[in-house]
Amino acid sequence: MKNTIRQVFHSPKFVVGFCIFMAILLTLFIYPLLNPGNPLQMIGLGTFARPGTYVSVYDGVTSPFSTFKLPQADANRLDSLLTTEDRVNMVNWFSLNGVDVAGLDITDTQAMIALWKQHFDPAIRPQGMTKAMRNYYIRLNTSILGASSADALVVSETDEATGEASEKSKITKTDYVNVADVANVVTLPLGTDNFGRDTLKQLVAACGVSILIGLIAGAVATALGLLLGLLAGYLGGLVDDIIMFFTNIFTVIPSFVLLILINYSISQDQRGAGTVALVIGLTSWVWTTRSVRSQVLSLRGRDHVNLSRLSGHSLPRIILTDILPYIASYVVMAFILQVSSGILAEAQLSLLGLGPKTTEVPTLGLMMNWAMLYSAHLNGSWWAYFPVILVIALISFSLNLMNTGLDQVFNPTLRD
Amino acid sequence: MTMHEPQSQSRAAGAPQTPADVHSRPLCLSGKGVTKVFGVGGKQTLAVDHVDFAFHEGELVSIVGESGSGKTTLAKMLLGLLSVTEGEISFQGKPRDIRTRRAKKEYWKGIQAIFQDPFSSFNVFNKIDTVLLDCIHMTGGRRLPYAEKTRLMEEACSFVNLKFAELTNKYPFELSGGQMQRLMIARVFLLKPKILLADEPTSMIDACSRATILDMLLQLRDEIGMTILFITHDIGLAYYISDSVYIMEHGRFVEHGTADEVICAPKAAYTKRLIGDVPKIYEPWDLSTV
Repeated sequence: MKNTIRQVFHSPKFVVGFCIFMAILLTLFIYPLLNPGNPLQMIGLGTFARPGTYVSVYDGVTSPFSTFKLPQADANRLDSLLTTEDRVNMVNWFSLNGVDVAGLDITDTQAMIALWKQHFDPAIRPQGMTKAMRNYYIRLNTSILGASSADALVVSETDEATGEASEKSKITKTDYVNVADVANVVTLPLGTDNFGRDTLKQLVAACGVSILIGLIAGAVATALGLLLGLLAGYLGGLVDDIIMFFTNIFTVIPSFVLLILINYSISQDQRGAGTVALVIGLTSWVWTTRSVRSQVLSLRGRDHVNLSRLSGHSLPRIILTDILPYIASYVVMAFILQVSSGILAEAQLSLLGLGPKTTEVPTLGLMMNWAMLYSAHLNGSWWAYFPVILVIALISFSLNLMNTGLDQVFNPTLRD
Repeated sequence: MTMHEPQSQSRAAGAPQTPADVHSRPLCLSGKGVTKVFGVGGKQTLAVDHVDFAFHEGELVSIVGESGSGKTTLAKMLLGLLSVTEGEISFQGKPRDIRTRRAKKEYWKGIQAIFQDPFSSFNVFNKIDTVLLDCIHMTGGRRLPYAEKTRLMEEACSFVNLKFAELTNKYPFELSGGQMQRLMIARVFLLKPKILLADEPTSMIDACSRATILDMLLQLRDEIGMTILFITHDIGLAYYISDSVYIMEHGRFVEHGTADEVICAPKAAYTKRLIGDVPKIYEPWDLSTV
């Protein structure tokens, strides 16, 4: 046993897969300790806030100011004012109105703004431009003029009794606050999802739930497959015929169709993560049964099994001590694959809206489902679905790598 | 066949001698019309075809035949590991009954086996102690004090020239092929069955260990009075040690009788061919018969 484990850990593929999986598991345990709280709590009011650090503007204004005169400050301000989309739209406006844009570099903000100030007139109505687009250009013009003209902004306070506004403070372009002085700063490495929930926190929780679903599904499928395979293979005869009859029926019906039908027939309220895991497990035992049966068929005629029978050992004892240890490596590998396919099955089901109910726990599949329902893939909110895909791929990859590594150890013909 | 005519009409001086009364002793195991058919429908294979046999108590019987002649299938049927398609087997004069697990267990107290490949005969996950303790438990020694169990195991090991102290807590695969086969004999020594079925027990080990194993089997027969069914493809070896020889071809017994009758005056063409196929060192050997 000790020797086998040592051998397994000498397989580079297994070690890489094991390390990736352990890193994922470790993250699942450590991240919630560092960042506690309900992963499904809606912290943002809008949908799909971009990843980054968010600083409370109110707290920023009321924090103590320091004065800096940074040489690139104005240029940076203008740079950040214009997005790439704005710049492309500006060039479009120029070409629609006959302005020569030859040699104009859209990354050169100074030149763009100089040209814009020289030619833009809100009164011009280019042929074929929609009203919405015209309004957009007017808004863009206002913000460009505002950013390049005003030296200071005034923060005013409204008196509740009289309704009069009084100047509270003035913010100039050289005022800076230290982020450490701002009371409320929130860092969202993966932004928020459609309901304004912290995507990273949700992803970590979902990853844990999905792995748990995979483990339950894998354990149920492997246990059932193993039990039926052992009985069919060792007992043979009528028992074998009956078990193989049902196994063949389940082999012919695609398990995913069965999964959809069963999940569809369970109402949304009753479909917890555990139920879904159980259903996945109950529909994916077939291949384990078939392969365990064929292995047992070849084992039951071996001399050591005959000797055990001649020693008067009971059926459970022969199965447990003379057959099971010989197929244990295979069963472990089958279990790993079942866990991996259980996680994928949950993701597929949830994507179709047949996964666990959406109010209790997040799962990787549910996150994809939410992202898809709120068109994250259309509005460019990659953070809502891409990290989920990456995590699913990583879990699946690590489990399959472990399986290949084990296969190489236990099946010498596959060794490099 | 003139070239391969046996040189002498009796066995070498050092060979084990057949007890005079062996063929008049009561029957230990006999069978009538024993048949085994594998498969169903159009894919049937007739492995053992209506064979009759009668083995006496304390007799050493060899069943000789080439690979695929049905020797091992017959052995498995005799052991009760395979069901008999047709025919009847009698054990100690009474029809054999192994329908229930209890009856089977009782039957296996009377018949045991040594298999061809010592490396696959043992469960690699069980320690040697477990193998030997199982035998003690099977013969009703489950409640014996541990010291007594150890004494029995030591005795069995010393019978086969092994030291129990060196084997305890070891796994069978840590031993050599010869040692493993001796461990199998130690097992038989503990169980003391009426019949021992040795299925080519020496074909996978070297000549030196082979002599030791054969010597131990003969010693067991003399001490316990066991019937030994020796299954082999080596007709020379069969002649050397057996009291009776059965020649098997395509699932049938083509000839049987005492060793001298069968080997020195073979009647069946197949027997003659088997004798002719024995390699010779000092004489020309006709490979065309192989």
